Amino acid sequence: MIKAKINNVDVEVPEGTSILWAARKANFTIPTLCSHPDLVPGGQCGICVVEIEGIPGLKRACMTPLGEGWKVHTHTARLMEIRRQLVELILSYHDTDCLTCIKNNNCELQALAATLGINTVEWHSLEERLPIDRSSAAIVRDPNKCILCGRCTQVCSNMQTVNALAVNHRGYSTVITAAFDMGLGNSVCINCGQCVVHCPVGALYENSHIEKVWDAIHDPDKFVVVQEAPAVRVMLGEEFGMEPGTLVTGKMYAALRRIGFDAVLDTNFSADLTIIEEGTELVSRLKTGKNLPLITSCSPGWIKFMETFFHDMIPHMSTAKSPQQMFGALAKTYFAEQRGIAPEKIVSVSIMPCTAKKFECQRPEMRASGFQDVDFVLTTREIGRMLREAGIDLNEMPDEKADSLLGEYTGAATIFGTTGGVMEAALRSAYFLVAGRELESIDIAPVRGLKGIKEAEIDIDGLKVKVAVAHSGGQARRLMEKVQDQLRNEGKSEYHFIEVMACPGGCVGGGGQSWGSNMAKRARRGESLYAEDRSLQHRRSHENPSIKVLYEKFLGKPNSEKSHTLLHTHYYKRSTVDGDIIAEQ
Amino acid sequence: MYREQTLKKFNPALDNILYILHDLQDNNPEHYLAKEDIRACADYLEVPYSYVHSVASFYTMFSLKPRGRYIIRLCDSPPCHLMGSQSLLDYLKKSLDVKVGETTKDKMFTLELTSCLGACGVAPAMMINEEMFGNLTPAAVDAILEKRRKEL
Repeated sequence: MIKAKINNVDVEVPEGTSILWAARKANFTIPTLCSHPDLVPGGQCGICVVEIEGIPGLKRACMTPLGEGWKVHTHTARLMEIRRQLVELILSYHDTDCLTCIKNNNCELQALAATLGINTVEWHSLEERLPIDRSSAAIVRDPNKCILCGRCTQVCSNMQTVNALAVNHRGYSTVITAAFDMGLGNSVCINCGQCVVHCPVGALYENSHIEKVWDAIHDPDKFVVVQEAPAVRVMLGEEFGMEPGTLVTGKMYAALRRIGFDAVLDTNFSADLTIIEEGTELVSRLKTGKNLPLITSCSPGWIKFMETFFHDMIPHMSTAKSPQQMFGALAKTYFAEQRGIAPEKIVSVSIMPCTAKKFECQRPEMRASGFQDVDFVLTTREIGRMLREAGIDLNEMPDEKADSLLGEYTGAATIFGTTGGVMEAALRSAYFLVAGRELESIDIAPVRGLKGIKEAEIDIDGLKVKVAVAHSGGQARRLMEKVQDQLRNEGKSEYHFIEVMACPGGCVGGGGQSWGSNMAKRARRGESLYAEDRSLQHRRSHENPSIKVLYEKFLGKPNSEKSHTLLHTHYYKRSTVDGDIIAEQ
Repeated sequence: MYREQTLKKFNPALDNILYILHDLQDNNPEHYLAKEDIRACADYLEVPYSYVHSVASFYTMFSLKPRGRYIIRLCDSPPCHLMGSQSLLDYLKKSLDVKVGETTKDKMFTLELTSCLGACGVAPAMMINEEMFGNLTPAAVDAILEKRRKEL
């Protein structure tokens, strides 16, 4: 332990603790801008500088471990003046149209300027506005708002290992862009949106579908159906000031009905369907031994990552579409047929914790119904904005139920929203499909939680099934490199089944989550999903009564020709330079 | 193709990235780093494309735009400034009909500025490709450029 004094207050912290965190322990908040609890401090902004007696110069509190016996001062007159000047300099090249900025009231720079009592900006040097990059289906990049803190490049290169964004040029000309300024939409960007959730200002945000959804809702000729991803029910509450992880399923249905969706359905229904299709695929591959390991395909960020960096794994990918796209294909076919609505009148909207879903719904192959299966995708933040625009407070909503046909779900579906959930759900059903009886212990603990790559071995009637779970691009890369090595050197991999999610924590950590999120909040949302799972009557996808009806009335049986047409997909090989499709697999 | 031959000269170690980029640029007929050069370097070193672009865009000695046969680098440091580099720059811009960083329509000359060339004794000074010139006047510049035009 290290003993020291911060502003004359005694502190004792474990060795290696930064001055920033030590000061918080002593109840002093040192202002920061670039530091983030889940990232490695880079010291770019310099706002957190402190003075240490006997040590010349200023030290950045985020990067300096507290030393034994140090006397640290965090708020001297000199430091306060330096901080003000630094922030004024940042503001001098920052586009300060705060009232119309997407981050108004959620901006870390805005909050910092208020905290430091900045009331004028002496310098103005923003000479010309740079063009806003709208090339991506998922993410908008506004370089005029960028303060070059480097969080986005750190998550893009270190956490996700995608390397779409980089710091380019130098001095005043420094910009964070894709190479050759070609725009995120023409880069290897996988649309995961981790840059968006880590950006302290309004320089990165989702490509909004709000206007288009309002237009559809207000058009009397349209029948607007909505689906909500598993993770959204443990996230949306945060948009209305609730504790992270609060489960708001019933309130969410009520609120969506009140803003005018004609049918309130649930992605959890199609998550169960995904398990039936993918589980059947797993069982058949286990039997034949071909193309193992089977790899999950629910995360559209992971899909583009795989297509770009690991396209030799395409034969291993499950061909099952993601729950969003399965739902989309059924909404304009099965649902339309059963409810007697012309499919061309249906506008299909999804609410996702994800930015990559905006890219996924526009993929050209996602038109199984003869129309674009999912028309618009709203992030959790966007539906929060729409509800506020409509004057609806989620806190005041009653608990309602989803509409029938595509609304019923099991506990296996709801845990899709967190890392390891798809794996656990698939094993619950695969066990039944192989062994003909139910798995005794339904909770598969080794695949839960936020630690790195998770592994487990499940005994299915004497067949030892080895599984692995990765969440984040970086982990996916490590796991895929290992599998590639095994396939190359030994002809087969030790794993039978692998789940990959592109975001840390799975969907509860997606690029569409509320501003100001961190790993601690992601963990609480995940725990909430497991709690919902425990509370539900049915906890295995194959027990979902609506799914049974769907197969009886419409699809026939799992992996049938009709399911293949509607519920399965194919993948492409993409360029590592611009993400363009270079071959169809 | 020059790219393969260039890459073969170096070990595929990240330490060599600047040497590789210089060599690629020198061998590119338009004296710049094209997307294909960046890609060749990235693939050879097994590093991301965006990373190589980031490095190349940081250093002013690399150009990411096509340049002319001759690259004029006029010294912009204080001694040359005092000795009239500013009026020489105005003269060059006018006579070549380009701005700084641009290339003439006939793709002969690209006009650039540089920090001190270490030739303050003969200020104002400039370089054309690898060659050094001092004690410049508009007439001297005309003669130097004309000689290059005739060499074609």
